[in-house]
Amino acid sequence: MRNPLLRHATVCVALAVVLVLLTYVFDAFTDYKIAGVAIFFIAAAGLTVLTGVNGQLSLGHGALMAIGAYTTSLLLKEQPQLPMILPLLAAIVSTGVAGAVIGVAAARLRGPYLAGATLALAVGLPQVAVHYGSVFGGNQGLPVPVPTPPSALGGDFPNERWLAWIAIAAALITLFLLANLVSGATGARLRAVADDEAAASLAGINVARIQVLAFVVSAACAGLAGSLFAYWVGLTAPSGFGLSVSLQLLSAIVIGGLGSLSGAVLGSFLVVMAPFTISDLAGNLNLSSDVANNLPLALYGVVLIVTMLAFPRGIQGALFSLWRLAKRNLRRPQAPTVSTTA
Amino acid sequence: MAAMTRSRTGAVGSLLAGLAVLAACGGSGGGGANQASAPGITPTSVTIGSTQPLTGPAAAGYSEIAPASNAYFKYVNAHGGVFGRSIIFDYVDDGYNPTNTAAQTRKLILQDKVYAMFEALGTPTHLSVVNYINSEKVPDLFVASGCNCWNNVSQYPETFGWQPDYTIEGKILGQYIKQNYSGMKVGYFAQGPNDEFGTDGINGLNDVLQNSSVTVVSPPQYYAPTAAGAMAVKSELAAMQAAGVQVIASFSIPLFTADALASAAALNYHPIFVVSNVGSDPPTLTGILTGGALGVTLPAALIGGVVSDAYLPLLSDSSNPWVSLFKLIKAQYAPSLPWDGNVEYGFATAYTFVQALKAAGQNPSRDDIVHAIETTHFNDGPGLVPFAFTSSNHLGYSGVEIVKIGPDGAAVSAGPVQVTDDTAGGAITSPSSQPAAPPSSGIPPD
Repeated sequence: MRNPLLRHATVCVALAVVLVLLTYVFDAFTDYKIAGVAIFFIAAAGLTVLTGVNGQLSLGHGALMAIGAYTTSLLLKEQPQLPMILPLLAAIVSTGVAGAVIGVAAARLRGPYLAGATLALAVGLPQVAVHYGSVFGGNQGLPVPVPTPPSALGGDFPNERWLAWIAIAAALITLFLLANLVSGATGARLRAVADDEAAASLAGINVARIQVLAFVVSAACAGLAGSLFAYWVGLTAPSGFGLSVSLQLLSAIVIGGLGSLSGAVLGSFLVVMAPFTISDLAGNLNLSSDVANNLPLALYGVVLIVTMLAFPRGIQGALFSLWRLAKRNLRRPQAPTVSTTA
Repeated sequence: MAAMTRSRTGAVGSLLAGLAVLAACGGSGGGGANQASAPGITPTSVTIGSTQPLTGPAAAGYSEIAPASNAYFKYVNAHGGVFGRSIIFDYVDDGYNPTNTAAQTRKLILQDKVYAMFEALGTPTHLSVVNYINSEKVPDLFVASGCNCWNNVSQYPETFGWQPDYTIEGKILGQYIKQNYSGMKVGYFAQGPNDEFGTDGINGLNDVLQNSSVTVVSPPQYYAPTAAGAMAVKSELAAMQAAGVQVIASFSIPLFTADALASAAALNYHPIFVVSNVGSDPPTLTGILTGGALGVTLPAALIGGVVSDAYLPLLSDSSNPWVSLFKLIKAQYAPSLPWDGNVEYGFATAYTFVQALKAAGQNPSRDDIVHAIETTHFNDGPGLVPFAFTSSNHLGYSGVEIVKIGPDGAAVSAGPVQVTDDTAGGAITSPSSQPAAPPSSGIPPD
């Protein structure tokens, strides 16, 4: 299919069918984990556009997710019966606006200074919620009701499957929009700015405008993810948006394969699912509590380090190399002469 | 006629009561077979779940609670279990992060299929799942947090607190201050300013101390629990010293209680400290002061003279039969645990759980244990005060005893045991029942 729009739409619809069918195969807890992967992917995909494609490093995406989550929770505090689509849209808008403000500042910063500024955001923003506790609920946070499926789906339809459907729909819409953005003319501009700002500027690209645009798109994704995250957790509290969230997002896109959306899918899957699998494994070993308590964290770190060392271009890069290798080996019998460079 | 009706009703009533007793006998020990009467219950086991800070910022001390409870369950299992069933305590780490609590609680309920949640620890962590647990109709027993948010029967019918909430503590500590330090200047030192621990405690203090024989110096001095380092609260203490505060009422966690004591000593300032239970465990405070957690090594004697409160037998009271029972079980089933307030807490909650499980009957549904807690008073357990459990009150222990810590680090009783509720103006009274001695088996009787 030559037309990328059509190709992306076909892939997304096919994924939607497969994933929705899978939610029926799995039990409710697995559906809940699938929802977690989808939510995490939305934020990771946004960060892929900013860091992977446009070359701006953000250590503050956890704080942007917090803005989305607090927008949702504050709306639900006032209007608990609000249909879910409104808090989601409100979170996209509020975080997009915040992203524009941060993007304007970020466009003036380079390298470690940008990393430092976004790091400050990740560390500082959750404390705002503590300081203005009467509005944001302080340390104990704001509760979010469990989303319940419409009655048309039947009385015994699990809440977890409904949440998984919503998260999958949001993730696929995000994937579709971002894939089109990255493969089109704007994507070319984003990459040109990442490769060489001076050259991009000479070619007539407004570098600052492109950088702010990348921040707004990326922040809007983080806002949507944060809003869904609030429903997924059931509470929006400062302790849920520590620095570790920002670092996990970054590790997801690096491990998956920097700059590729399919890499963000793989990275999100690993980062969300690995802790569950590892803690189940660790629980089956009979270890003293001091070791058993800390083993999952240690193993998780080891998995991340080994993946990065073994696949410097991420899982997606490794799969791609494997695929090329397989193709070459399959083709070899038809080409008896010694092949030149690949 | 009226008299006759009354007597007939009386006769019917006693007949019904007799049948109920018979039915109860049949249900509890009458030889019926064990059935898989609810999720998590098999003929031979009952599985309960919990989320605990085994790692992370709250792990120090609090990570001992679930292993201590588990040691008591192992003891019960080794002595026949409850109705022949072993208790399997499935506790998982949430690192004191509500995001992890949300996922781990769903794992416990959906995948591990626990009968009930037990002793899940922390206010922000448990708030993230309390709606979910109640929507799944899973009993949510004895949350390990003093927030009065667990006592909300209409919204959270499955959820029960256990320890006295901070408002109750504030009221009874306030009454002690009013009666013993009349005419003096009282200042508040608390976690906050937007923290339910500090806020609930101050509400209780204010309820008794405003417009009383003491002068309350405002505003309260707050510390942020994220502040770290030696003498992190020295400026707060200096402000109280400058205001002439003679009695400091403190709702602080152990690290900041120790920091306040050290800061006051460094300022050559010697007020009377009145500290809430969670911030005054003597072994924990001694460890912080002498172990260098504040960056300097300080004498343990700094904690001498601190006034606090207790709702469980005092740790150093070796003549108390509960203390010797728990220490004996600990030595056999969890020898690596220290003997401190967290471990005693774990043992005591586990004892309450076994009481509740027995009261729920031989083949209990999930509703049965909720109903059993609402209607049984469990006042023959280790608590110094009675539980307040009814169908409209899921609070837990309803009061405290005032204690004073000596220069040797041992807390001794310093006042009567008193009970109250967490309403403004609710009366502070003597408890209706006295603490009981443990059964010789160490296991709640049938």
